[in-house]
Amino acid sequence: MTRILFGDNQFFAVSHISDEKSRAQALKFKDDSAIIRTLDYAIDAGVNTFMCTTHERISRICDFIREHPGKYENFTIYPCLPYAHKYANAVTELGIVGTLKEYTPGNFLGSIFKGGFAYLSKDYLSIMELLIDAELKMFKGLKTPVIFLQNVVTDLLLGLQMKEVFKAFHDYIIKKYHAEPGFITMNMPMLLSVCEEIGIDNPIICTSINKAGFRMSGGKQLYEKALQTKRARIIAMQVFAGGAISSKEAIEYVCTLPNIQSILFGASSQGNIQETVSLIRQYDLAFKEKIA
Amino acid sequence: MIDVALIGAGKMGISHLSILGAHPDVRVTGVSDTSKLVTDVLKKFTKFPCYQDYEQMLTEVKADAVFVAVPTKFHAPMVRRLLGENKHVFAEKPFCLTAEEGKELVQVAETKNLVNQVGYHNKFVGTFRELKKMVDGGYLGKLFHFTGEVTGPVVVKPKQDSWRVDPAEGGGCLMDYASHILDLIIYTLGPVESVKGSILKPIYSSRVEDSVYSLLELSSKLSGVLLANWSDVTYRKMSTSLTIQGSKGKIICDANELKVFFNTSEAPEGYSRGWNVKYVTDLTDEVDFYLRGEEYSAQIDYFIRAIRREVPNTINNFQSAWQTDKAISLIKQNIA
Repeated sequence: MTRILFGDNQFFAVSHISDEKSRAQALKFKDDSAIIRTLDYAIDAGVNTFMCTTHERISRICDFIREHPGKYENFTIYPCLPYAHKYANAVTELGIVGTLKEYTPGNFLGSIFKGGFAYLSKDYLSIMELLIDAELKMFKGLKTPVIFLQNVVTDLLLGLQMKEVFKAFHDYIIKKYHAEPGFITMNMPMLLSVCEEIGIDNPIICTSINKAGFRMSGGKQLYEKALQTKRARIIAMQVFAGGAISSKEAIEYVCTLPNIQSILFGASSQGNIQETVSLIRQYDLAFKEKIA
Repeated sequence: MIDVALIGAGKMGISHLSILGAHPDVRVTGVSDTSKLVTDVLKKFTKFPCYQDYEQMLTEVKADAVFVAVPTKFHAPMVRRLLGENKHVFAEKPFCLTAEEGKELVQVAETKNLVNQVGYHNKFVGTFRELKKMVDGGYLGKLFHFTGEVTGPVVVKPKQDSWRVDPAEGGGCLMDYASHILDLIIYTLGPVESVKGSILKPIYSSRVEDSVYSLLELSSKLSGVLLANWSDVTYRKMSTSLTIQGSKGKIICDANELKVFFNTSEAPEGYSRGWNVKYVTDLTDEVDFYLRGEEYSAQIDYFIRAIRREVPNTINNFQSAWQTDKAISLIKQNIA
């Protein structure tokens, strides 16, 4: 995995601190060209990996990338599925069965809901596979070396202790997509224990890690201990804690922690992208010199 | 260990179940849902004992407390039965279909000293807690107006198939969506005494209203406006906000940030004259398990701690949720 990953929250009006900021972002990124331009700023700053949700607008960005193979030769995408709000809103509107009917292709499900059935676990797992395929269709032909399960699903499964489903997702991503499966979570220490239990060795986990301890369930110390003692490939996200800490402090903290392979960040302006990238490079270098 | 059973594993129920499953002091002893698909999946992939019939579950499993996350029309009969069996009860919002239904349940729970809570999660959001502190401390001076607003993209096309758009089951924007902000208004500013005028409008729905606009007067004689719309596609998810204007200042608060303006230097600690902004990131207490928002874990933890008698059963108890049901009834009467 590359050291710096560029995220997509800013493109889809996801702000953890302000509805107003969300609206401003929605305006700024109304046209796809604004997204492309910002991705190009990231590439100019040396960041060639884009970690994004399976939002419908991403499919148009994918089209653009496919149409310009020369320009995006070294560009890779880490998709994160599913785009959860689509399903959450659908469940409110259509119920759980209605949502599955809406989003599962073909008439595969038709017979299942007629009742009086006795289905096996693997049948449900094949429904999951169909949903994964539907979500990943937009990335066809693009380089997607790591594919993530979004935190809302990871953490839901984690609380329900549906361990077999983690394993099924993990194995399917490897088998069908020849990619590395990853998990986004807000409960990293707990997920690490489950991965150990079900035999997922050295998992790729993307999780909130920041100096403020924001969204680090169970506490910062528990995370720091896990980083020191467990075998995992960790991607730190929400390193700025939604803006609660200064960028310098934020980057210094994550760059000096052990076992953090990558840092994920999102930004809307060229200035902010350049600043964050150079801060990471600067603290990485300082840290390397210190331990050398 | 507190033994907990759950009735209804739909959108909210499954989220509660996951949080309960991760809670160190909770043992989930049973889950029931009328959907065979849901119980079948849970049976195959989790360790929870699953039932399609909640009554059968209640006779077979041991439970100190029961979560009720079913359509609103079933709340009253189920909660009545559970209290009869001396269970602590956490019910989803809104509490009951009518204020009459809930009144008796408030008393039964109180008399029997059973812990009772309703899932109005906003009270566990850091910004709204801070807002309440500001108001209770009198920092805004004499209050003269409020605007409570809840907006989001639930019903955004004519095709729907859910109890939430069935008026008989407790569907509609007033009960499902406006209840959130009504509850927050009542918690922060006091009970609704009268409704001066209301407009309930459908946008996409054929059987229920998709928006609610109402002029409210509280028992303190403070008046304000309620705006609710669950058919607004310009929002990515539900957004709830409360604006309060007083003689010494004004607060605009949502689940992400609290903006407060003080006219004078008489501001509380950590604030000063003019505009101040606090973000939820600064006001949020850490939780042990996170799913969808700290507030969902915090409210369940509060309920469990209330059963262990570690916290008073004051936030979101039946009595407070009943005040919200009463306000909903007043709005319904107003348009009748």
